Amino acid sequence: MKFGVVVFPGTWSDCDFHHVVSEVLHQPVKYVWHREHDLGDVDCVILPGGFSYGDYLRAGAVAGRSPVVEAIREFAAKGGLVLGSCNGFQILCEAGLLPGALLRNECLQYRCQSTHLVVDNVETPFTRGLRPGQVLTMPISHGEGKYHTDAETLAQLRARHQIVFRYATAAGQVTRAANPNGSLENIAGVVNESGTVLGLMPHPERAAEAVVGGTDGLLLFQSLLGSLVEDGTFLKR
Amino acid sequence: MKLRVLVRLRPGIMDVQGAAVQRALVGLGFGDLRELRVGKVVEVDVDAPNAAAARARVDEMCRKLLANPVLEDYTIETIEAPVAAPQAVR
Repeated sequence: MKFGVVVFPGTWSDCDFHHVVSEVLHQPVKYVWHREHDLGDVDCVILPGGFSYGDYLRAGAVAGRSPVVEAIREFAAKGGLVLGSCNGFQILCEAGLLPGALLRNECLQYRCQSTHLVVDNVETPFTRGLRPGQVLTMPISHGEGKYHTDAETLAQLRARHQIVFRYATAAGQVTRAANPNGSLENIAGVVNESGTVLGLMPHPERAAEAVVGGTDGLLLFQSLLGSLVEDGTFLKR
Repeated sequence: MKLRVLVRLRPGIMDVQGAAVQRALVGLGFGDLRELRVGKVVEVDVDAPNAAAARARVDEMCRKLLANPVLEDYTIETIEAPVAAPQAVR
């Protein structure tokens, strides 16, 4: 499975994603510069976190209109897999590839901490190795991660099972105290209608090796690779 | 032609920045402050044959980039109307 990691001016998690894909998953991966009009021969495109274009205007606003995002739009329309984390999620929302938008954290603080996520939808290529209600631990690192959408879109998200991850307690309870940024309904990650474009504020690439304190992020990648489908017993704990 | 775009968070969307500024002003003795919301000003200068064309162009800029329709409303003001082109002297 070939991965492309998109790099904008101000992206900071590109090397982390590249490292996880090449050194942990042992899959081919290349960087894709934001001015590229062609993604080349990739199966999955990753939009990493950071501060693309300095977060000018709004987080992800300028990046969301860049040439590479137009290429990603075509790629996604053909069913290509797209994973956006942190600033990548903001970019996908700004580009209209995912519904909603991300606002400044309600607490006004930049939050850099470990969070627990409860898995709501396991019918996506990113989560098919997980079980419903499973709790994952991954770090967040953002100042603008408060997910917002109007009531009508929220109803659609619920009806179509597009809410994939929600901030929760370690036991999987979705509570106000477990919500680090004031997100609507504790939403941490959503998919598009077909489930092929995932955006989440947490950083799976920073929880992909035991040496950094956790490997739950790796489960997303392993789901992607299908390895967990072949050996599902590993995860059904 | 110069125009000014005012971008505001839509009514009902919590403005945490505005709330923080409001608290600071209340702390400075402005107890009469009822509500404060922070927005953005974008000043643009476009080549256009007339005011309507300039406004239409800036409206397109707002829809494509300057405002996020999920969160924000915008208004466009004219700062400086173009000087009428001098008539040819007969």
